[in-house]
Amino acid sequence: MNLLRLTGEHLLIVVIAVTIAIAAGVPLGTLAHRRRNAGAVALRITDAVQTIPSLAMFGFLIPLPFLGGIGVRPAIVALVLYSLLPIVRSTLVGLQRVDPHVREAATAMGMTGRQLLWQIELPLATPAIVAGIRIAVVTAIGVATIAAAVGGGGLGTLIFRGVAMVDTRLILSGALPAALLALAADAVLTQVERRLARRRGEA
Amino acid sequence: MSDPAVAYRDVTVTAPSGAAILDRITLTIKAGERVAFLGRSGAGKTTALKTINGLVTPSSGIVEVEGTPLAQQDLVTLRRRIGYVMQQPALFPHRTVFDNVATVPRLLGWDEPRIAREAAALMQQLELPLDRFASRFPRMLSGGEQQRVSLARALIVAPRLLLCDEPFSALDPLIRVELQTLLIDATRRTTLIFVTHDVREAMRIAQRIVVFEAGRVVADTTPAELPRHEHPLVRRFVASTT
Repeated sequence: MNLLRLTGEHLLIVVIAVTIAIAAGVPLGTLAHRRRNAGAVALRITDAVQTIPSLAMFGFLIPLPFLGGIGVRPAIVALVLYSLLPIVRSTLVGLQRVDPHVREAATAMGMTGRQLLWQIELPLATPAIVAGIRIAVVTAIGVATIAAAVGGGGLGTLIFRGVAMVDTRLILSGALPAALLALAADAVLTQVERRLARRRGEA
Repeated sequence: MSDPAVAYRDVTVTAPSGAAILDRITLTIKAGERVAFLGRSGAGKTTALKTINGLVTPSSGIVEVEGTPLAQQDLVTLRRRIGYVMQQPALFPHRTVFDNVATVPRLLGWDEPRIAREAAALMQQLELPLDRFASRFPRMLSGGEQQRVSLARALIVAPRLLLCDEPFSALDPLIRVELQTLLIDATRRTTLIFVTHDVREAMRIAQRIVVFEAGRVVADTTPAELPRHEHPLVRRFVASTT
């Protein structure tokens, strides 16, 4: 049915965008942790991106070659940009929160910087990173409804059609599933976060 | 026993503020010696300890480990040969007791059967029977147990040199004495440098006591001689035990 297809589309855009944002955001957050200056710049940029209203963002993307235009591609690009900040920031915070004594012990035991990062810092930062991913997913599910404005598809299609036709039921048929999707994603990822924290002895 | 285990040659460490934390220390520690660095907090004893495994780099002077200046050694390789225990057990919270203890052996590429063998023997000696403790996480252990795991983690590769930075000061007095005994028994063939502000602990563990004050060595003596030492700070330390 139509609703199912649109929900699937919606989820697919979100999953692709957040996956790309994780792939870029975790390394950026790590860089921000290791090199304060580069990190400050990265954070400043992701912060600034976050302040662009989402409808305007899609507007800005339309004239851009390669990344922009109309359709699914600019929708994903916009969502990646919005998802970046919570992921970069939570990666940075998670790494900064690692007990300095634990870091000192690992160094004194003869771990290289890379071993310290992969064996100690990133595993200990994982619950925080998952928290960032959760915020990114929930935000992206909401922002993705607006992607329909540039032909990105998803549940926003119903909302925009409803607005054009002044049909509240049609608007709700898009808005409610989107809200439920966000709530469900939030619940699932909160569980993952808790479980990770418990396993790592923080809860 | 040709080269000393550790030698400080005119070592100065300066704080970013310009104040000297260590002020031209010269000191030789023979292989197999058990030395306590005694002093009040801020006296420079912890800094002196950390120059040995390169956690602190001297502003001037040379620190040698087994005859080679630190600047000419690969720090990562060196650190894997030197045990280090701090006041905070600083166990890796996401790793089990066994995996904590196995950290350095795995960095050194030991095979797993050997790690299991050595860990079982050592943990038995430290009264942390492997069958009961191996798969526990650090948060499930008491402070004393955590510190024993921290000792095991440092001793598993049988380092020739063990650095201890007030490892027992956060523990209650009974457990402290228990762990001092375990440490003495487990380090019979190890050069031991033990930082403490507790005179009794220093006298119990060490054969030689080096007293630090304001970044300098003000006394270098033995537990037997310490009560007769004339330096005012040493006399105050000794007085505090009675």
